[in-house]
Amino acid sequence: MPVIEYIDAIRLAMKEEMERDQDVFVMGEDVGLKGGVFGTTKGLQVQFGEQRALDAPLAESAIAGVAIGAAMAGMRPIAEMQYSDFMFPATNQIISEAAKIRYRSNNDWDCPIVIRAPIGGGVFGGLYHSQCPESVFFGTPGLKIVAPATAYDAKGLLKAAIRDPDPVIFFENKKCYRLISDEVPDEDYIVPIGKANVMREGSDITVIGYSMPLHFAMQAAEELSQEHGIEAHILDLRTIQPLDREGILEAAAKTGKVLIVHEDNKTGGIGGEVAAIIAEELLFDLDAPIRRLCGPDVPAMPINPPGEKHFLLNKEKLKTAMLELARY
Amino acid sequence: MKQAGSVQQSHRHTALGLTDERAVDMYKTMMLARRFDERGQLLQRAGKVNFHISGITQEPSQVAMGFAMDLKHDWFLPYYRDYGFVLSLGMTVKDLMLSVYAKGEDPNSAGRQMPGHFGSKRLRIVTGSSPVTTQVPHATGFALAAKMRNLPSVAIVTFGDGSSNQGDFHEGCNFAGVHQLPVIFVCENNQYAISMSIEKQTRGRICDRALGYGFPGIRVDGNDPLEVYRVVSEARERAVSGQGPTLIEIMTYRVTAHSTSDNDMAYRTKEEVDLHRGKDSLPVYKQYLVEAGLWSEEQETKLQADIRATIDEGNEYAEKAAFQPVEDAFRHVYAEQSGGDQ
Repeated sequence: MPVIEYIDAIRLAMKEEMERDQDVFVMGEDVGLKGGVFGTTKGLQVQFGEQRALDAPLAESAIAGVAIGAAMAGMRPIAEMQYSDFMFPATNQIISEAAKIRYRSNNDWDCPIVIRAPIGGGVFGGLYHSQCPESVFFGTPGLKIVAPATAYDAKGLLKAAIRDPDPVIFFENKKCYRLISDEVPDEDYIVPIGKANVMREGSDITVIGYSMPLHFAMQAAEELSQEHGIEAHILDLRTIQPLDREGILEAAAKTGKVLIVHEDNKTGGIGGEVAAIIAEELLFDLDAPIRRLCGPDVPAMPINPPGEKHFLLNKEKLKTAMLELARY
Repeated sequence: MKQAGSVQQSHRHTALGLTDERAVDMYKTMMLARRFDERGQLLQRAGKVNFHISGITQEPSQVAMGFAMDLKHDWFLPYYRDYGFVLSLGMTVKDLMLSVYAKGEDPNSAGRQMPGHFGSKRLRIVTGSSPVTTQVPHATGFALAAKMRNLPSVAIVTFGDGSSNQGDFHEGCNFAGVHQLPVIFVCENNQYAISMSIEKQTRGRICDRALGYGFPGIRVDGNDPLEVYRVVSEARERAVSGQGPTLIEIMTYRVTAHSTSDNDMAYRTKEEVDLHRGKDSLPVYKQYLVEAGLWSEEQETKLQADIRATIDEGNEYAEKAAFQPVEDAFRHVYAEQSGGDQ
């Protein structure tokens, strides 16, 4: 099976879906001739023409709003937000419109759009090219939200999102683009939305998370195994709305010790909801308090290297937190 | 009867390509919208329904707009005062009554949304919300889909003067201008955004904003429905022949309070309102039809009786109709067949 980069998985998912279905198209700032500021849409305009890899004026509410209109007209648009930090002007379109179109019309209308937005820091992007805004959209019924950590899941989840009859926000991690490569089959496949995935089997502690921090957890788990004989069970949520309750409870029950990790800040983050689900169902099966390791509650990370490093999660931070939990 | 040929040539509606029958139908629809709107207000005051929002005196231009469009191919994105518009697109008084009473059979939303939040896929009327102007980029999106699929469809979207200050207005117009999309942006400038007069909203003319997007902007007297029909027809022709968008500013006036929850005497005078009520084009258009030999007092009497019966019937039906069962109240958050249903 070929090993490909996370960014190529995203590009290939779009390319294959655009080949499969004439109604699929991508629009956003610089997605055409340039192929996107990161290169996610590279080659799509050459293959599919200007209309289907459409350069949109620099106005995020229109990128979302025009895509919503086209989706209601029967198209399958992929709206690209250049950075998730820039998607807030589109929030009204996403929350007041896309999320509510089916419900408010009693199923008369629907809105099958995908909104792709790069999240995450570690690229010296400073305050406004590094954020994780998942919690802004999380808790809005009518939206689905996915955030893959691997190339395999990125391709499979993006295909599932494009084929989904409802609006899906696809949070791709820009640090993963070229850092993460894994096996991706040539054949067509999807990763179902709403299903978490066990990345590593273990019996001592459970780590639950999504996106980039899971790779630090995987590295830390290997070291803890070799150095301390501690075996971590690692669950990738993959979809953060709707959460896979069953998958979360199963993973938590497996060890009775849970650490939740995400780069989005702690207060109001997805981790709070995951912890609440476990507390509601499994409190008396736990052997330790539920812990969270997240971005700090500051507006966003600084660009200066020590400040950025201090903000971000890494293998060492994960290892310390996992060891502490194992020893509880 | 006079001989048809030369006399009819001189009629404005004939010159615009409107048959006598269509010209009369326009009047009937305007009057239906007026009487429905009046009934909605009465029902709210009588405590029968919770809320009504009015478009009185805006109906003649709304109906003219609807009659200028192609109901088979075009897409319609109305705003909340557009009773005249949606009635001209095929929505019925019964449908509107079901919406006012928030009943389960309401085709707009099954009684989920406030009245005035129109939507019917069958009639190509696109579902709308309350945060104003979000529908403008949607119209651009419908037009983009039409262009991509090479369909002879035009999207027409309406909004108020207050809405023209929202970013979504500018973003939707600019996108459509860049891509030369078949869309008509219609500002129904009734000169008030709740309590704020037009002077408090903008210093310029709304139609002039089109210049900044590179397409025509036209101001038209909303009290002249035939002129509105002409302007919208020409905009449609431009759109469908690949010449891009048009912005139309219909000059009108809101003679009612913003809604049944508003007291407009707190911010304007009765004299001002009466002055504009006196410019109502509904009796003027009726007189036009009478002078053209197309309408008589007998027909008027019959029309009023017919409308009354239609509204009574719709009212009675809607009042007795069931609300959406509460067990269905939380359905359709996601598509049910996708497994996303919670």
